[in-house]
Amino acid sequence: MRANARMPRMDFQLTEQQELIRKEVATLARSFSLDYWLERDKKAEYPWDWVKAFGKAGWLGMIIPEAYGGSGLGVTEATIMLHEVCASGAGTSGASPIHFYLFPPMPVIKHGAEPLKEKYLPRIATGEIVMSFGVTEPNAGTDTSRIQTRAEKKGDRYLVNGRKVWNTNAREATHILLLARTSPRDAAKPFGGMTLFFTEFDRSKITVREIEKLGRAAVDSNEIFIDALSVPAEDVVGDEGRGFYHLLDSLNPERIFTGIEAVGIGRAALERAVQYAKDRVVFDRPIGQNQAVAHPLALAWAKLESAELVCLKAAWLFDHGRPCGAEANTAKLLAADAGFEACDAALQTHGGYGYAKEFYVERLWREIRLYKIAPVSQQMVLNYLSEHVLGLPKSY
Amino acid sequence: MNIVVCAKVVPLSSVTIRIDPATRRMVRKDVSQELDPQAAKAVEEALRLTEKHGGSVTVVVMGGEDATIGIRGALAMGATAAIHLSDPALAGSDALGTAKALAAAIRKAPFDLVMCATESSDSYTGLVPGQLAQLLGVPPLTFATSVTVEGRTVTIKRQSEGGYDVVSAELPLLVTVTTGINEPRYPTLKGIMGAKKKEIKRYTAAELGLGPAEVGESGAREKVLTVGRPPARPAGTIIQDDGEGGKKIAAFLADLKLI
Ligand SMILES: Cc1cc2nc3c(=O)[nH]c(=O)nc-3n(C[C@H](O)[C@H](O)[C@H](O)COP(=O)(O)OP(=O)(O)OC[C@H]3O[C@@H](n4cnc5c(N)ncnc54)[C@H](O)[C@@H]3O)c2cc1C
Ligand SMILES: Cc1cc2nc3c(=O)[nH]c(=O)nc-3n(C[C@H](O)[C@H](O)[C@H](O)COP(=O)(O)OP(=O)(O)OC[C@H]3O[C@@H](n4cnc5c(N)ncnc54)[C@H](O)[C@@H]3O)c2cc1C
Repeated sequence: MRANARMPRMDFQLTEQQELIRKEVATLARSFSLDYWLERDKKAEYPWDWVKAFGKAGWLGMIIPEAYGGSGLGVTEATIMLHEVCASGAGTSGASPIHFYLFPPMPVIKHGAEPLKEKYLPRIATGEIVMSFGVTEPNAGTDTSRIQTRAEKKGDRYLVNGRKVWNTNAREATHILLLARTSPRDAAKPFGGMTLFFTEFDRSKITVREIEKLGRAAVDSNEIFIDALSVPAEDVVGDEGRGFYHLLDSLNPERIFTGIEAVGIGRAALERAVQYAKDRVVFDRPIGQNQAVAHPLALAWAKLESAELVCLKAAWLFDHGRPCGAEANTAKLLAADAGFEACDAALQTHGGYGYAKEFYVERLWREIRLYKIAPVSQQMVLNYLSEHVLGLPKSY
Repeated sequence: MNIVVCAKVVPLSSVTIRIDPATRRMVRKDVSQELDPQAAKAVEEALRLTEKHGGSVTVVVMGGEDATIGIRGALAMGATAAIHLSDPALAGSDALGTAKALAAAIRKAPFDLVMCATESSDSYTGLVPGQLAQLLGVPPLTFATSVTVEGRTVTIKRQSEGGYDVVSAELPLLVTVTTGINEPRYPTLKGIMGAKKKEIKRYTAAELGLGPAEVGESGAREKVLTVGRPPARPAGTIIQDDGEGGKKIAAFLADLKLI
């Protein structure tokens, strides 16, 4: 197509394979009704039928290399998948169980030793392994360098003790990606001395206490207490002491994924709001004929569109092995706001019915609020951009 | 058993179809396309038959360049190979022209069973399968709600007013399947990845031995004179329930001689 090689490459066209992925994920995701999700939310039930359907069709193995039974696709394809998952109306209830197959395995793929990959990746690809992601701690918060969970080497094993908070999926997890200190914090190199493990979620050594929360009741988040968990040395991901740096290969995709999820959820809410604005007649006209109703929806569309572009750009950079920290953070920042605004405009469009569960938007509105806080808060993204992109002095 | 499935690729069902006022044809350019959900049922039935009896499933599609997305969709479901008839000389073909092109492509290789959907989702004339059977010189077994094969005998069930007809014939033959026959499988991600590697053969009209007298705009014997909207339905009758609603509905239905 390109006339000459000197023409700059700028291509917004999805490949045929990406188009098919988009279409087939949309078809599968939309075969689960909004009532299915409402019920999971009301009953706080994990969406097993959903996870199994995605596992059966091979979607959970998307980023696992072909040599380990997956499809070896990139963050771009996973981004396309999560967009359709969320645009179907599944919300974070549907997205979270799937995205755990997409970023926690990344450090294992990129930095894991061969035996570790052979041990776990094939079972991740089939969906047999259910993962949780153990980074955040009550006494460290956003300052990950201050985590207190410790792993002590004892012969060919590590003994882990500590506490994690907001450990999502712990109720169902068979395995955990766990960050722990293997040497004390050194103020000169605060992010050194941490080690990453991918290991079995041993319930005889880990106690799980669920946290009741605003949204996404279907997918649990928990406090977990780790008491003398014994981890074989072969479950160390990459090098001892370099765990945080290995984890970065999870964190950037996680930002891209949560960004695109927010975009998709915004689109689902917008789709319902637009239909409602056409159908609902008040003062002898469809409410959508009032610009005060139409404009917030139009603006939501425009903002979702621009956030999606940054998500895809960040994904492209990651897949091409280029630095993507600024873009991945920006994607999350813009998408969390755009998605929330879309859900809020959708709720407002529905008037009183927006507040009713049976119009579905309220669940999306509750669920999407999460993305302004997690996986990284809006403020911390702005801190990152101030310091690392603009070169301003660190404020904290 | 070599099965050939004729599958149309049509605008996504979510797309609002537009008619070009100049040509009176459906606008297909820059419109997202997919494997016709009706044809997907024929693909599904063919895959089930080969899973049971062995053999191959070749999908034949006549359609523009962007129809490949639908072709890959059929390959992702598990079809063995595909043939794409895409040539400006074929554009503007009517149903008979379409059937001629499909027949010529099918005859390029030995076949046992040809499968079609009863009608397409976008133009639904339902003309192509009958014409195709005639051109191929094989019997058509139409409106199948189930298909079984024993040796060289194919048996279908066809819904009738009081039950169903059972119809058999010997291969080679053509079957048209109805909407209710099955629920097509979702392609798996592995299927989608594999589809990229499968062969899509392409033929031009000339390679099919067809000229402007038979196919394309010039070969079309049907002419579209006008395209219009169906007349608006008259307003319905609203019956208020003041305690006698049931009686009123009964009287209304009796007036229409429905009860
Ligand atoms: C539903 C849910 C699921 C989660 N799932 C997981 C999971 O699976 N695994 C996991 O490891 N974690 C998980 N998290 C944790 C999440 O990543 C953290 O909540 C998030 O990173 C914020 O950390 P914190 O809650 O400790 O906030 P804190 O660090 O206590 O911060 C509190 C507030 O202060 C602001 N703040 C702090 N310092 C600064 C500063 N220097 N400048 C500006 N503002 C500042 C923050 O932005 C925030 O608004 C989850 C959280 C939630 C709510
Ligand atoms: C003058 C004129 C010009 C036209 N120009 C065009 C044009 O430029 N482009 C265009 O797309 N249509 C064009 N059409 C419409 C075209 O004739 C019909 O779409 C086509 O003949 C098939 O008819 P149908 O969809 O009603 O098929 P049906 O008879 O309803 O289809 C039944 C089954 O036949 C098989 N089948 C039908 N069509 C195909 C196909 N193309 N490939 C593989 N299998 C198939 C499928 O199994 C399908 O389910 C034109 C029609 C007229 C009258």
